Amino acid sequence: MRDVAMTPSLEAPTPVPFRGGLFTPGTNRIAGALALAGLIALWQAASSLGLISPIFAPSPLRVANALTGMAQSGELQNHIMASLGRLFGGYALGMTGGVLVGLMIGLFGVFRSAGIAVVSAFFPIPKIALLPLFILWFGIGEGSKVATIAFGTFFPTVVATYGAVDNVDRSLVRMGRAFGLSPFAIIRKIILPGSLPGIISGLKIASSIGIVLLIAAEMIGANQGVGALVLAAGNLMQTDQLIAGVVMLSVLGLTIAGVIGAIEKRLLAWR
Amino acid sequence: MRLIADRIHHTYGPLPVLEDISFTVEDGEVVAVVGPSGCGKSTLLRILGGLEKPASGQALSAGEPPAGSLNPYTFVFQDFALLPWRTVSENVRLPLEGHGLGEAEIKDRIADTLARTKLSDFADAYPKQLSGGMKQRVGIARALAVKPAILLMDEPLSALDAQTRELLMDDLVQLHDQGNLSSVYVTHNLDEAVRLADKVVVLRRRPGRINALVELKVPRAERDGSDAEMARQTRELWQLIRADAEAADREIVDA
Repeated sequence: MRDVAMTPSLEAPTPVPFRGGLFTPGTNRIAGALALAGLIALWQAASSLGLISPIFAPSPLRVANALTGMAQSGELQNHIMASLGRLFGGYALGMTGGVLVGLMIGLFGVFRSAGIAVVSAFFPIPKIALLPLFILWFGIGEGSKVATIAFGTFFPTVVATYGAVDNVDRSLVRMGRAFGLSPFAIIRKIILPGSLPGIISGLKIASSIGIVLLIAAEMIGANQGVGALVLAAGNLMQTDQLIAGVVMLSVLGLTIAGVIGAIEKRLLAWR
Repeated sequence: MRLIADRIHHTYGPLPVLEDISFTVEDGEVVAVVGPSGCGKSTLLRILGGLEKPASGQALSAGEPPAGSLNPYTFVFQDFALLPWRTVSENVRLPLEGHGLGEAEIKDRIADTLARTKLSDFADAYPKQLSGGMKQRVGIARALAVKPAILLMDEPLSALDAQTRELLMDDLVQLHDQGNLSSVYVTHNLDEAVRLADKVVVLRRRPGRINALVELKVPRAERDGSDAEMARQTRELWQLIRADAEAADREIVDA
């Protein structure tokens, strides 16, 4: 009988009990795929067994049918292209402006106080609240939607960019001065590459905000676009098309995150 | 080139940091500046390198910098200050850019300084892949590549472990014996000062004043860590600093 763990004897050496290793995060790709597949299978089974009403929650198969149906008629592509055009137009404007203004705030003291005051005032406004105003300014068409997305992605990009500039290691800037680099060379060779990681993570946040605003704007006034598709399908109780639209949004978000992730991996290989 | 500290005074607000600091770094000489923490030795180094303006007095230089010098007063930093997105050779290239040097000369200088600092095999590695000792070798290579007149080293080995420090000190001794390189070496480590310097400036603290100027007579190449003469020198320096170091240790820091 060896009750070693509780009362170690003096004579027989016993291993020290291992107490580390609890809650160490690990990843398991198969588990992830299985969870998704399992969820869909469960949903399909519940639908097939008649546990869920097909009107309120159509089965995965019906959603897939709706997707292929819309894809064959070309309707799906029209909606997606309309959404992508608005999203990229607005995002490109907001991102470019946001990075530029963020750099100005981060680099030059003159802009800092003024810029931060303005940004702080606008940042908490849910930008969709400005859509009615933008409709008055730019019309009910593309202009107001692009403006909302541009405006909504601009502010988080500004905040992330000047934060990233602030976070560049000051000792590197001092090193640049000590080696006689010009201010322009310090910005180009030290501050810009040093703030790139922070800027890219800001762009990720801005992209998901952009998608939210895109759908909201399309629900308020549009005939084309994934947001319009979802709203119209809901009004007609075509829940299979509705969920097909939502699935497309998931794919859209994942694709954009994947693209930014790939760019990040390329630009920040040194990390 | 000679570097002269000429009656340098410095204050931070009302607080005097440096008082009447005068000494000369002769051509090819290594001057160590030692003192307890808070004696203003890093501030002094920044003043000597033109990164900070003294309240009064000045840093003077006399003579010509070496041919092809791009940055006469060149720093080696305690925290290495390497750009993490540049490889070893690209880090060394940084201060060579923008001077109108031809690509061939830039490559030559990089290859040459990497060889002198034993980094040739690491040219394409990124800083994060390197040990602390290798990182500081890159810092030294970058400094040598500009052909400095005076090397200003601010606690260059303090971020390294004891064994790496020993290895890098050997390299520094070798570098200073090879070429005609003048240096100011700021450290709190008396062994390093006694090993490398021709002259040791001992600072007091609050305000930083020159307490003593000790000349080390044994030629650098003949010194060795177990040497009785070196041990005596280290002990002598410690006697000069001890009371100040104790005061620094017992001080309550105003945060």
